Amino acid sequence: MTGATDPARAEPARAEHAARQRLDGIVPVGPVRASAYVCEAVSCMSASGLEILTGLTSQVAGASLTDVAVKRVGCIGLCAAGPLVRINETGELFSHVRPDALGPIVEALAAVRPGAGPVPEPAFFARQMRIATENSGRIDPENLGDYVAVGGYDALRQCVTSMTPAEVRDQITRSGLRGRGGAGYPTGLKWNTVAKAPGIGKYVICNADEGDPGAFMDRSVLESDPFRVLEGMAIAAYAVGAKAGYVYCRAEYPLAVTRLRKAIREASRAGYLGASVLDTEFAFEVDVRLGAGAFVCGEETALIASIEGGRGTPSPRPPYPAVAGLWDRPTLINNVETFANVAPIIRNGGDWFAAIGTETSRGTKVFALAGRVVNTGLVEVPMGTTLREIVFDIGGGIVDGRAFKAVQTGGPAGGCIPAQFLDMPVDYESLMGVGSFMGSGGMIVMDDTSCMVNVAKYFMDFCREESCGKCVPCRVGTTQLWMLLDRISSGQAIMDDLTQMERLAAMVQRTSLCGLGQGAPNPIFSTLRYFRDEYLSHINKRVCPAGVCEIEQQAVIA
Amino acid sequence: MRRLGNRPDALIEALHAAQEAFGYLDDDALRYVSDTLTVPPSTAFGVATFYHYFTLKPQGQHTCIVCTGTACYINGATQILAAISADLGVQPKQTTADGRLSLLTARCLGACSLAPAAIIDGQVEGRVRPAELVARLQAL
Repeated sequence: MTGATDPARAEPARAEHAARQRLDGIVPVGPVRASAYVCEAVSCMSASGLEILTGLTSQVAGASLTDVAVKRVGCIGLCAAGPLVRINETGELFSHVRPDALGPIVEALAAVRPGAGPVPEPAFFARQMRIATENSGRIDPENLGDYVAVGGYDALRQCVTSMTPAEVRDQITRSGLRGRGGAGYPTGLKWNTVAKAPGIGKYVICNADEGDPGAFMDRSVLESDPFRVLEGMAIAAYAVGAKAGYVYCRAEYPLAVTRLRKAIREASRAGYLGASVLDTEFAFEVDVRLGAGAFVCGEETALIASIEGGRGTPSPRPPYPAVAGLWDRPTLINNVETFANVAPIIRNGGDWFAAIGTETSRGTKVFALAGRVVNTGLVEVPMGTTLREIVFDIGGGIVDGRAFKAVQTGGPAGGCIPAQFLDMPVDYESLMGVGSFMGSGGMIVMDDTSCMVNVAKYFMDFCREESCGKCVPCRVGTTQLWMLLDRISSGQAIMDDLTQMERLAAMVQRTSLCGLGQGAPNPIFSTLRYFRDEYLSHINKRVCPAGVCEIEQQAVIA
Repeated sequence: MRRLGNRPDALIEALHAAQEAFGYLDDDALRYVSDTLTVPPSTAFGVATFYHYFTLKPQGQHTCIVCTGTACYINGATQILAAISADLGVQPKQTTADGRLSLLTARCLGACSLAPAAIIDGQVEGRVRPAELVARLQAL
């Protein structure tokens, strides 16, 4: 007996649903003919996504569409066109939705016929391959039932009931998965090191301190699919023999923190976390620790210091955290995206994952596409996809049809890749080869309105401010480098300044304690390598070719 | 603090809670936290000043946080800050003389697809234009 054939019975039930679930959307009592997925990640939410969800819910209820669902989902990906609403059955996407103009969506929902073919996907989605973000924009991130319905926690169940920890580690090793936080350390190797480290009371830490400016992959994964990250952590804990874990998340991501805390509560209540996971002897507890706005805390030893409640300053390695980490216990630290890849690898096998991507970089990578590109948002592509495909085919090219100048990857420790490398496949080694860095996956597109000297100065300013001050090369070096860059950009430098800057940059790179200082000179090296003429123009002609830097004309020597 | 058993490693969590309750961390709050968690006051002060998120000064009635992440920088965050400073007479990390508005900057709000972004009293605003933002802040 469906709602459509027995309105008298369905009506009160539906009304009750609508009244009770105003914020969660609406779920029909009978079979679902059409469903609207409303994006509720930060970017769409800030553009009145919540009003759209409540508005659509009440309009669907008001139009007596008893077989239509309205659902909150995580990031759909195409943030540039937000707020977004997607009709799941047809794939039809409504962009720039306004809460006062929901009529067309309701009409489209009413018009969906069973078995109607999907509309062709925009190029933005068609060229992508989603593994880590496969559930983003498809499930309600605050609903455990939704996650379980798409195969969630199958992988964990498989691990704890029918695999030994060594077998789990073997699958991860075979998959060739490498750390998605930036350095690309083989995940299987890390898990084996922690598993073999002597000692009890091991820890698993999820690094969600996404400090790279211009990167928002981890925020999006946590907001869109928090259970997936927790499942990955639980599998890792089982594989390395840990009983407790922490998610270290930035305080700047309040929505991600809220959803994560809620997910931990729900998963614990349902027995996916806690003293007896899925009624086995395996126990795993997770807690959230908030960062407080220090970029250096993304470095693993600094992160540990911060979880212990102190100043987040790094310590020399070895000993590595895998041997002596949190409270001197063996500690596994992986990034959010790394953990998000774990469950599908277990479900489909390591060999399945290894078949995707390139020889040295397996699988897919999530990139946060931002800057002067049309389709800003979150994209996930197989490793080895070319920059041109990402920026032009998926990204839709440059805003206002201007000229592409460079794409910056790897955050403040990364580099700028010029147009001549657009056809280069993106993987860990290729990016290193051109003087950049995978980093966590921020990809910032620049056009001819950006001055590369100013960009280098911007990143040095960042490193100078974020240097924790523990080691001298980084604390003093970054400030001196910034002063030299400032002189160049304001047209007061001479050629000797450039020579001195190159020498100092090499020294800071060689002698700093942690990745922050070692990586800080990278933007200088890469901009000098590909855009040396811009530096020379600032120094010799006192002209900023992009017209960004303010150079006082009186300073020109006739 | 009690939730974490008054352990010294709860320091950052406790400071978060105190700042959320009082808006900023004054000497009394820092001393109370350090006494309760049995950490030296110097450690509490050191941690509170190390992290950018904590503030030891009271904030204005309204706050405006301008994102200076890479995507926002490329899309003109510098001009936005310059416009606010020029028209409202307040520098980043400062509060106006009448205590009405605090201007802050953030390293990255993670709202890069909305660049340039700002947060006005907790509400994220995307694709802001300098003149519009100044007008909105004046109307607060």
